[in-house]
Amino acid sequence: MAEYQNIFTQVQVQGKPEWGMATDNAEYERTRKAGFSTLIGWIGNAQLGPVWLGWTGMVSLATGILALNIIGLNMLAQVGWSVPEFIRQLFWLALEPPSPEYGLRMPPLNEGGWYIIASFFLLISVMSWWARTYLLAMEHKMGKHVFWAFGSAIWLFLVLGLFRPILMGSWSEAVPYGIFPHLDWTTAFSIRYGNLYYNPFHALSIVFLYGSVLLFAMHGATILAVTRYGGDRELEQIIDRGTATERAALFWRWTMGFNATMEGIHRWAWWFAVLTPITGGIGILLTGTVVDNWFIWAQEHHFAPMYDGSYGYEAYGSYETFIGQEN
Amino acid sequence: MFPKWFDKWNNENPTNIYGPAILIGAVGVAVTVAAFLVVVGQPFKTESLQSGPRGTGMSRPEFVREVRTPDPSIEVMYSEAPYVPEGGEPLARDIYQNVQVLGDLTEYNFNRLMLAMTDWVAPDQGCAYCHGDVDVEEYGNDDLYTKVVARRMIQMTQTINEGWDGHVNANKTVGVTCYTCHRGQNVPSDIWFKMGSVNEAAGGWAAVQNRVTVQSQYTSLPSDALETFLLDYGRIGVHNLEAHVAEYPSEEGVTTWQDTERTFSLMNYVSNSLGVNCVFCHNSRAFYDPEQVTPQWSTEQLGIGMVQEINNEYLVPLEDVYPPERLGPVFADAPKAACKTCHKGYQQPLQGTNVIADWPELATTGAPVYE
Repeated sequence: MAEYQNIFTQVQVQGKPEWGMATDNAEYERTRKAGFSTLIGWIGNAQLGPVWLGWTGMVSLATGILALNIIGLNMLAQVGWSVPEFIRQLFWLALEPPSPEYGLRMPPLNEGGWYIIASFFLLISVMSWWARTYLLAMEHKMGKHVFWAFGSAIWLFLVLGLFRPILMGSWSEAVPYGIFPHLDWTTAFSIRYGNLYYNPFHALSIVFLYGSVLLFAMHGATILAVTRYGGDRELEQIIDRGTATERAALFWRWTMGFNATMEGIHRWAWWFAVLTPITGGIGILLTGTVVDNWFIWAQEHHFAPMYDGSYGYEAYGSYETFIGQEN
Repeated sequence: MFPKWFDKWNNENPTNIYGPAILIGAVGVAVTVAAFLVVVGQPFKTESLQSGPRGTGMSRPEFVREVRTPDPSIEVMYSEAPYVPEGGEPLARDIYQNVQVLGDLTEYNFNRLMLAMTDWVAPDQGCAYCHGDVDVEEYGNDDLYTKVVARRMIQMTQTINEGWDGHVNANKTVGVTCYTCHRGQNVPSDIWFKMGSVNEAAGGWAAVQNRVTVQSQYTSLPSDALETFLLDYGRIGVHNLEAHVAEYPSEEGVTTWQDTERTFSLMNYVSNSLGVNCVFCHNSRAFYDPEQVTPQWSTEQLGIGMVQEINNEYLVPLEDVYPPERLGPVFADAPKAACKTCHKGYQQPLQGTNVIADWPELATTGAPVYE
């Protein structure tokens, strides 16, 4: 008998598309086509569509495409409208925020003006997508957990591009739109403010990030391991605990003395995930506004230990030995 | 293909050969690899140059094979011991016309140095590269730009050896000669020119970065770092030295993350020029902290000052002397030097070879001292 698996599915259900509930306005807000793809069936549900776009989805897509095009066309203009050069330098190119001297004023278009415009459209795009997660949850009479989770990511996005630049009095503090350049910003931001690793909120954010990964792996492994006892029907197991839940719970209790519950593990995961950008955003917001040198701040609060030993390679060996010319 | 009895026997005795084949193959490969490692040893051995206390991660790992390969320039370097004057010999300034530098040298030593310079800078063209295709009697003429530049470069070399002893001879006496930069080429490798805007349709901060250039060392960092710091004496430090400071990025003189990227660009250039990493000079947890830097940080400080002087006192003023093909592609500016022009990717140029021992004439701006 063919075996059903959750990923790299060997069995695909293809046939008449499943349309979901018929609501009052579903007819107008939903796309009218649904099909099947064997390719996506290998990694999930083979059905593609319909998409409930709605007016928020339309606004989000339109403004998002606009923002992306402003960024892309600026990059293309920077290389003199040469497509081969655009492809070659794509990872290097960026739409940069304004120069610092413009403060919160609108700079000329070629000195960050386009950046402000692109950011404005990106803001509308993200916010209307956020509204969409609320409206769709409402449509299904669901809790708003996805909405709030996305909101935590938006919090970090707004801190980086809106709240902190306003507090710092300059749009130049925002992050460049570019592959390598946004990484340059990250490095320079950390170095400028005396090493972000000594920012406790940065540390918390890393804890929650790595913690999310760990919880995801533990939970995924646990459910897969008890699928043979019906553990994959998690919602049923939550309200009607069966042997799958009992075994999973016992496994972890015997492993580490403590176990989450079938329902609680999802709260663990949700909180770890949303706390990652929430704490990260707090850390960014404090940097340059409240604390200007995190290493010195850490020294003042006694958690930047000094290391005993000499500085300079002369104390540990000679250059001549290193290159094999000790004579 | 096979005899019938063989196929028949095979059909009657089905055997799974794939399981054992994989097992035997895996064991065979493992035994072969183990034997190779025991006999030949680890082919990618590394060694590390520790540069700070344990626990700070301050170390530079290198492949032994690479780091133990001598700089090929060392072997082909020309050098010749001086003729120690016994007193009373006529000096170059008395024998030859128009000797503005090196006039204190005896004839033998003067010609010895001239010959060496030919080998260091113009091995293919010979004397004619500076003096032109004329009789020796005409060698006093200053007709060619190469000769005018060479004279200034001799003065520069003397100044570097004498005035920047703290950088050049920080570890031991090594000195510099023409060869340190030129390596047998008319124009040294790893010189640089001003770039200006590298992006079209962009101004200000957006115009000077995010392109693959030699000046940015192929990163997306600013391409104007060498110009800002090694020519225009820009401020390199970006940190606040207190935990809390009331200032805004739009104010004059407040350093920003943009300034930090430019400094990072310079530091990255320095690292690549010397084949080292950040922790050769800094404890990277607090780049600015003078209590957590290595002695090499001080050597580097002097090096930056030296390059600024080389560029502003010696190289830039020669701009009007050069023919157009020697000038920069964007601003027609004079070629300029930086760390890599001498270091060429080595922690110490020519791996710490003492190049000045034979050349007291280049070691001082005054009369040479022979020993």
